Amino acid sequence: MSQKKSRSRGGGGAAAAGDDHEDLARPPPLQAVLLADSFTLKFRPITLERPKVLLPLVHMPMIEYTLTWLESAGVDEAFVFCCAHSNQVKEYLEKSGWAGRAGAGSMAVTAVESHDAISAGDALRVIFERGLIHGDFVLISGDTISNMSLKDALREHMDRKKKDPLAVMTMIIKHSKPSVLTHQTRLGTDEIVMAIDPETKELLYYEDRADNSNLYVTIDKDILSNNPTLQLHNDMEDCYIDICSPEVLSLFTDNFDYQHLRRHFVKGLLVDDIMGYKIYTHELRSGYAARIDNFRSYDTVSKDIIQRWTYPMVPDVISNRNCSESRLHRQAIYKASDVTLSHSAQIGANSVVGSATSIGDHCRILNSVIGEGCTIGKNVVINGSYVWDNVVIEDGCQVSNSLVSDGVHLRAGAIVEPGCVLSFNVEVGKNALVLAHSKVSLLPQPSNEDSDEELEYADTNSGVTDSPPFSSMRSNGDQATVPSEEDESGTSETGTCGVVGYIWTSGDAGILEEWRQSIAPISKEKLEELQHAVSENDGSEDESNNPTLPDKDDSSDSAVEDDDLISKFEKEVEETFQRAMGGGVNRDNLILEINGLRLAYSLQHADCAGAVFYSVMKSALQAAQSTNDSLLKTTAEALGKWKDLLRNYTKTVDEEMEILLKFEEMCQETTKEFSPLFSKILPFLYDTEVISEDAILRWAEEKEHADESDKVFVKQSEAFIQWLKEAEEEDDEEE
Amino acid sequence: MPDVQPLVSDFVLKLKRRKVEGSHAVARQTAELLRSVVSQHRMGSSANQAAALADAVRAVGEQLIAANPIELAVGNVVRRVLHIIKEEDISSTAVGIEGLSVTVDSDDEYDREDDDRPSLSAAVLAAHARNALRAPSLQTLLEDIPVSPAISRTASSTGDSDGKSKSAGDKTSTRKLKHDVIAAIGDLIDEIDSCYEPISEQAVELIHQNEVILTLGRSRTVKEFLYAAKEKKRSFRVFVAEGAPRYQGHVLAKELVEKGVQTTVITDSAVFAMISRVNMVIVGAHAVMANGGVIAPVGMNMVALAAQRHAVPFVVVAGSHKLCPLYPHNPEVLLNELKSPSDLLDFGEFSDCMNFSTQDGSPLLNVVNPTFDYVPPKLVSLFVTDTGGHSPSYMYRLIAEYYSADDLVVRRKSSA
Repeated sequence: MSQKKSRSRGGGGAAAAGDDHEDLARPPPLQAVLLADSFTLKFRPITLERPKVLLPLVHMPMIEYTLTWLESAGVDEAFVFCCAHSNQVKEYLEKSGWAGRAGAGSMAVTAVESHDAISAGDALRVIFERGLIHGDFVLISGDTISNMSLKDALREHMDRKKKDPLAVMTMIIKHSKPSVLTHQTRLGTDEIVMAIDPETKELLYYEDRADNSNLYVTIDKDILSNNPTLQLHNDMEDCYIDICSPEVLSLFTDNFDYQHLRRHFVKGLLVDDIMGYKIYTHELRSGYAARIDNFRSYDTVSKDIIQRWTYPMVPDVISNRNCSESRLHRQAIYKASDVTLSHSAQIGANSVVGSATSIGDHCRILNSVIGEGCTIGKNVVINGSYVWDNVVIEDGCQVSNSLVSDGVHLRAGAIVEPGCVLSFNVEVGKNALVLAHSKVSLLPQPSNEDSDEELEYADTNSGVTDSPPFSSMRSNGDQATVPSEEDESGTSETGTCGVVGYIWTSGDAGILEEWRQSIAPISKEKLEELQHAVSENDGSEDESNNPTLPDKDDSSDSAVEDDDLISKFEKEVEETFQRAMGGGVNRDNLILEINGLRLAYSLQHADCAGAVFYSVMKSALQAAQSTNDSLLKTTAEALGKWKDLLRNYTKTVDEEMEILLKFEEMCQETTKEFSPLFSKILPFLYDTEVISEDAILRWAEEKEHADESDKVFVKQSEAFIQWLKEAEEEDDEEE
Repeated sequence: MPDVQPLVSDFVLKLKRRKVEGSHAVARQTAELLRSVVSQHRMGSSANQAAALADAVRAVGEQLIAANPIELAVGNVVRRVLHIIKEEDISSTAVGIEGLSVTVDSDDEYDREDDDRPSLSAAVLAAHARNALRAPSLQTLLEDIPVSPAISRTASSTGDSDGKSKSAGDKTSTRKLKHDVIAAIGDLIDEIDSCYEPISEQAVELIHQNEVILTLGRSRTVKEFLYAAKEKKRSFRVFVAEGAPRYQGHVLAKELVEKGVQTTVITDSAVFAMISRVNMVIVGAHAVMANGGVIAPVGMNMVALAAQRHAVPFVVVAGSHKLCPLYPHNPEVLLNELKSPSDLLDFGEFSDCMNFSTQDGSPLLNVVNPTFDYVPPKLVSLFVTDTGGHSPSYMYRLIAEYYSADDLVVRRKSSA
C-alpha cells in the first residue's frame, strides 16, 4: 500500500521538484489557484442565477473538468476562489466530494471566499493576504478545459527560475489559426498578437485587442532593437493556464490597480518593465486546453469534447455523478443507457443524450447536447443546441443553435431561432417565436451596467428594469406566476408573443457584434459580407486614398478619416486663433494651445504650420474690404503681426514648403480672393522671413514638372522667383 | 473496511482517468488491491464468511469494472479472486466434512445458479452443516444474502440468522480461510508477473531456424517470446509493423536490435505486401474472449486477414489474465475505446478546419481513433498461453478452468 501511495504522488511531486531538487525527502507541494468566477458578464442572464463554473458543459459542470485536470496533472492543493454565488460553489464542492478529501494521492480542495473582489486582480490580492501560497502555483480559471500534461511546462518553469529569478510566469499557449474573415479565434475571442523570442520563449509583446478595423499593431521599437530575433504570432491561442511564482501575487498587491490578468498584469509587466520581471511561454504540443469565455467558445469546446480532443475527459469515460453511464455509439453519438427513444426518432452525429430523457416520435436531433430528465415531444427538431436538464419541449418545436437552461418549458409549436439563450425556467408559449440572438430570463435586466469589467453578481434587484417585460406577460416585480394563466395567454397569443420572462436588450455595441460570440454559426450573409470586405480590402490596398470605396473597406476608411482629421484640426486652430485675436491671448499661450491640439490630433509639425497660416490669412480676409488693395494691406498687417507665431512653426524647409502649398491650395480652392495677389504676398512672406528663399526655389523647382493648371501661381510669381535667383547669383559673385 | 476504501477509490480514479493502462499493469494492481481488500476484511462470526468475503470482493470489483469497462483484465482478475475464494472454501469445507457428505460437493459443483432447488434438501444440508460441523457450509454460501452495500452488516446479520455462538474452531477456520485466500491471491499475482516465462519457454518449439516473423505494435509478451527464441540460439528475422498511431513498433524494433535480432520496420499499410515473405505472425492481445476471438491493438484484423490470405499461421500469445470469460457482442463498438484525435492530427494545424462559427455548425472534420480491433476466432491459428498452445475452439474450456460460471456477471447479489 505504501508503495502505491508513493507512486501516485510521484507524478506531480517529481515534476515540481525538477531533476536535481535539494531536499530529496519531500518536494514542495504543487499548489493551484482556481478562480471560480470569470468576472465578466458574458454569460448573462444565466449567471444571474448560477455561477458560470457550475454551468453544465456536456453534462458536467465546467469546474469539474478543471478540478479533474488539476488533480491528474499532479496538483496537491487547490484553492477555489469563489465570489459570485459563492455558496453554490461551496455547496457543489461539498456535494461532489472535492472538498475535505484530504488523503494520500488525492488533491486537497479548499474554498476561499470573498465578496468584495471584482476582478482577478482582487482575487489574487485576497489570496496573497491570506498567505495561502508558499511556492510556485498554477493559476487557472474555473472554466478552463484541458488534458495537457503539466510536467514539461513545470520543469521548464523551474529550470528557468533557477537560472533567472525574474522569470515569474510561464504562460501556456497553443497553436490555433484564427479565421481570416472575422479575425477571431475559433473560441470567439479576438485574435491575439504575440511577439516571442524564439530562443528563450520569452514573451515580449502581447496584444489581445488588436485594432481589427485597421489590421495593424504597434510594437515599441525598443523591443525590436533589444531582441535580435523575435517571432510574431497571430496564430497562437492563450489557454489562460499560467504557472506563476509567488512574486506574481505580491506584484498584484503592489500594483493595486491591476485588475485583469492579461490586459493589466501581462501588458503592465511587458510595457512598464517592472523590476525586470519576465514572462515566458510554453507552447502546448500535444494535449488540449481551452477556456470558455463566451457562448461561442461554449459551443466550440462542447464540440471538441464530443469529438474527443479532451480525452479522457469525454462523456463516456468520466461522469460526474454515479448516474447511469453513457455509451459511445458510432458517429460520436453518446447515449445514456436509460434513454427512452422512439423508433422513429433520429439522433444525428455528434450528439449527447442524458439519462432519463425521453424523445418522442419523428424527432430529429443533430449536433446537440440534451441533458438529463428532459421530455421531448413529437416532431421536434433540435439542431446544434444545448438543452440542459429537466427541460420540457412539446410537440412540433424547433430549436436551432441555442442554449436552453434547466427547467425551460417550450410549448407546442414554439420556434427558437439561432443564437438564443433561454435562462432557467423560462416558458415559451404555443407557436411562439423567439427571435434570433434574444436572451430571455425570468429576472429583469439590471439597468446599471457600466463596463465590461463588471461582476457576475451585481445584485439582481438593483434598480428598476428599463427593459419592459415582454408581451404583457408579467409586470415588474410580480414574481408569482399562475401556470394556468400563462396557458391561457399562451394559447390566445401567437406569433412573437407568449414568452414568460424578460427579453434582455443587449448592450450598446451588442447588437452589431452579437454574431461574434453566439452559439449560432455565423450566418451565410454575414460571411459573404465579410468575404466581400476582405477581397475588396486586398484589391484596394495600393490606392488607399480613394474616398468613394464603401465604408467596409478598412484602409480607405482610414484615409478618409485622415482628411477629416486635418480639416477638423484646422477648424479648431482657426477658432483658437480667433479667440487669440479677440481676447488678446498671450502669444506663448497660443503656441501652447496649438501644440496641445496638434498632440490631441496626433499630427505633424508641418500640418500645424499650414493650419496656422490658414488661420492668419483667414483673419486677414475677414478684416479686409472687398478690394484687392485693402486685402493686400490687411494681409500684410496680419502677417506682420503674427510672423513670430508663424516663424515658430517654420523651422525647416519642409514646413515652409507646407505653408506655400497651403497658400496655393487656398488660392485655388477655399479663398479665391487671394489668387490675384499671390505674387504680391509671396515677397512679403519672404520679407518677414516666414519663408526662406530656399523653400521658394524648391517649390518652383518642384512645380516645373507639374501640370499647367498647377503652374498658375509659379508663373504669376515668375518675376519674383527670377529676382530671387539673380539675388542668389549676385551673392555668389560677391563672394 | 474503512482502510481499503481510499485505496479503492484511488484505483477507481486512476482507472477512470486512464492513468493505468495495459492489461498486465491493470491485472497486477487489481490483484494487489483485492488482496488488501481481503486482508482488511473483518471476518464476521457468521457461518458463511466465504460468501461475505466474496461479496466484499464483488462490491469492489463492480466499481473497478465500471471504472474502465474496456480493461477486461480487471474483470478477469476479480472473477479469478471470486473463484479462488470459492475453491478455498470448498477445500476447507471438504476437510471439515471429511467424507460426511461427499455428495454435497459433487451436487453443487455443477448447478450453482440453480436457485430453486428443493428447499427441503437445503434445510437438511444447512442443519447438517450447523449442527455437525459449525463450519461454513456450501449451502449458506449459495444462499442469496439479503442485503446491502455494507458488508460487515451482511456478515453480522447472517450471523444472527444463523444464530450460533462462535467457537474456537470456527475462528481458526475463518482465519484459515482468509489466510488461504490471501495466499492464493499472492499466487495469482506471481502468476501474472511471471506469465511470460511459461509462454516464452514454448518459443523454440514454434520459431524455427531462419524463419521470418511478423508482428504489429509492441507487446511485452511478444518481446519476451522473441527474446527467448534468440537466447536459444535460433536465428530468425522479425518484421515489425509500426502500429500507428501510437507507433509502439518503433520501441519494439529498438529493443529487438539491442538483443541482436535482425529487425525490419515496415508501415502498417505494407503488411499485405510483405506477408508473402513471412513464415509466421506472432502478436500479443489485449484480451482473449471466450469464443476464441481476440481484442487486440488496432490494425490487427488487417494483419490477420492478410495472414489468412497467404496461409501464414497467425499466433496469439497471451497470459492467462487476459482470458476473458465473456462472449463478445458487437465488439467493434462496445469493447472499444476511441482515443483523442491528437494522436493522429496536430490540433493547431487543423484548427481552421474546426472553426464551427464559419462552418454550418456541424463539424466537417471528424477523426476516429479506435484503440482496438476485434479479430474473429476463425482467423487465429493458435493461442499460446502459460498452459501451452490451444486452438481457438478450445478457449471456452480453458476459461472454465479459471472461472466459476456464476461469476460471469460481477454484481452484488443484492442489487441483482
